[in-house]
Amino acid sequence: MSGFPTLFAKEVLRFWKVIFQTVAAPVLTALLYLVVFVQALEGRGPAPGGGAWGEFLVPGLAMMSVLQNAFANSSSSLIQSKITGNLVFVLLAPISHLEFYAAYVAAAVVRGLVVGAGVLAATAPFVELRPVAPLWSLAFALLGAATLGALGLVAGVLADKFDQLAAFQNFVVLPLTFLAGVFYSVEALPVVWRAASHFNPFFYLVDGFRYGFLGVSDVAPLASLAVAAVSFAAITAATLALLKSGYKLRG
Amino acid sequence: MTYAIETIGLEKRYGALAALAGVTLAVREGECFGLLGPNGAGKTTFISIVAGLVRPTAGTARVLGADVARDYRRARRALGVVPQELVFDPFFTVRETLRLQSGYFGLRANDDWIEEVMHQLDLADKADVNMRALSGGMKRRVLVAQALVHRPPVIVLDEPTAGVDVELRQGLWRFVRQLNRDGHTIVLTTHYLDEAEQMCDRIAMLKAGRVVALDSTKNLLATFSGFVLKLRLDREDLPEDLGLPVAGRDGTRFVLRLRDLAELEQVLARLRGAGVRIAEFELHPPDLEEVFLRVMARPG
Ligand SMILES: Nc1ncnc2c1ncn2[C@@H]1O[C@H](COP(=O)(O)OP(=O)(O)OP(=O)(O)O)[C@@H](O)[C@H]1O
Ligand SMILES: [Mg+2]
Repeated sequence: MSGFPTLFAKEVLRFWKVIFQTVAAPVLTALLYLVVFVQALEGRGPAPGGGAWGEFLVPGLAMMSVLQNAFANSSSSLIQSKITGNLVFVLLAPISHLEFYAAYVAAAVVRGLVVGAGVLAATAPFVELRPVAPLWSLAFALLGAATLGALGLVAGVLADKFDQLAAFQNFVVLPLTFLAGVFYSVEALPVVWRAASHFNPFFYLVDGFRYGFLGVSDVAPLASLAVAAVSFAAITAATLALLKSGYKLRG
Repeated sequence: MTYAIETIGLEKRYGALAALAGVTLAVREGECFGLLGPNGAGKTTFISIVAGLVRPTAGTARVLGADVARDYRRARRALGVVPQELVFDPFFTVRETLRLQSGYFGLRANDDWIEEVMHQLDLADKADVNMRALSGGMKRRVLVAQALVHRPPVIVLDEPTAGVDVELRQGLWRFVRQLNRDGHTIVLTTHYLDEAEQMCDRIAMLKAGRVVALDSTKNLLATFSGFVLKLRLDREDLPEDLGLPVAGRDGTRFVLRLRDLAELEQVLARLRGAGVRIAEFELHPPDLEEVFLRVMARPG
């Protein structure tokens, strides 16, 4: 039998054992964003799509949490195991690079979805959302979490120290998620920034995810799905090649 | 013939440094094999390559005939490694750690064996204790247990007794000897040469990434060491023509180096023949520490 189920279970157990820090904390953060931004934006007329600001913000915040936490799960787990040295136990086992990839990414998806669901549940008392096409949202959440889980693996492999990982998180992942149209519609941006947003793959993930709730989006959901799928395929190919090479994992 | 471990021309370079400079070794099935050498000789590097943790710059390694790169699943299943570093995952208890390790090898219903291994290593009462809360010696035992969880036929222990108290050290060696008797091949490194001498059938000595000695423990002792005879005699001056192999003297005390026990007979006969009386007598058999020092002191 394969070692995949155990490695996957271990990766899930890892964040589950510290759920306060890995799930409750990011849910609270999203809730705080909601309170602050709703206060700030309320007086400015209707949200993009014509509804209330809360309805616009909640799906964006939920997706942002999905993405950030999926990344955090695989990257922090891997770098911790690398630095403490206990990755050796996985490396000694007959686990292929494909199984390794699948276990870390699947666990990252679980963490992302749990946090995303937590954000939706925690904001439900304040914002009433009736998703018009939930399967679209689910598809984007899955693809987005898997993409960021894979990206987290790459960052975890390449980083030698926690601060290098933190730099990647703060200078790449955070800006890209923040600028993905979580707090605004990119249609409202000046032309240059709107064009720039279209080069940000996270934008399509947030936009497509929000479409499932509101039924409106900046880009056609099928087009967004295509971009998301291609991004996922690309990062997967890169991650698998990296893992197969053994770079920084097998001296 | 299939060897437990077989390497051919193994090389590992880190920039200008050659951690291994062409190591060709074969460990036979069922033997207890010692890998000795000073700090930095390349012992851990050799083990890491065999375990697939490090990729060689050149050369090949096989475990029970399975190439560690091409046939890595079979090679890794056949091998249990106790790493030199005291590593552990602070998220889990002892039992969880062992179950996870078992699962990584694809073994699900393995609890009986896990309990047995914990019992053998005196870990049973620590089964539900978090790894963080264990002493260093306990953590070392868990490392041994982790290496055994998939019942590997070949077991490699990289300095298993470093920083371990006498009692545990003896217990550990008893356990390793038991495993060896049960048919497991054992490869071990240690800086305690008396342990290696007692445990190992054969020994390879590494120096700067090269094998500088490889033979049975018995032959090594016979080739490079000898008996040291310490005597106190009834006089300070011995007749010149006795031709004794005296290596040092201090008054009536003499230190003699002997090749073997036959030479001892000769020495005693000559002393008796010259009417010299022996007041004190001490005979030290050959030991590995001396072999080691002599081998390492050889040029090249
Ligand atoms: N990742 C690495 N990068 C650079 N040099 C390394 C690396 N790993 C090992 N070395 C070097 O390779 C040489 C062999 O190291 P190795 O750990 O195999 O020695 P050893 O025989 O196990 O020593 P010890 O008895 O101290 O455990 C040393 O000079 C070491 O500094
Ligand atoms: Mg070593």
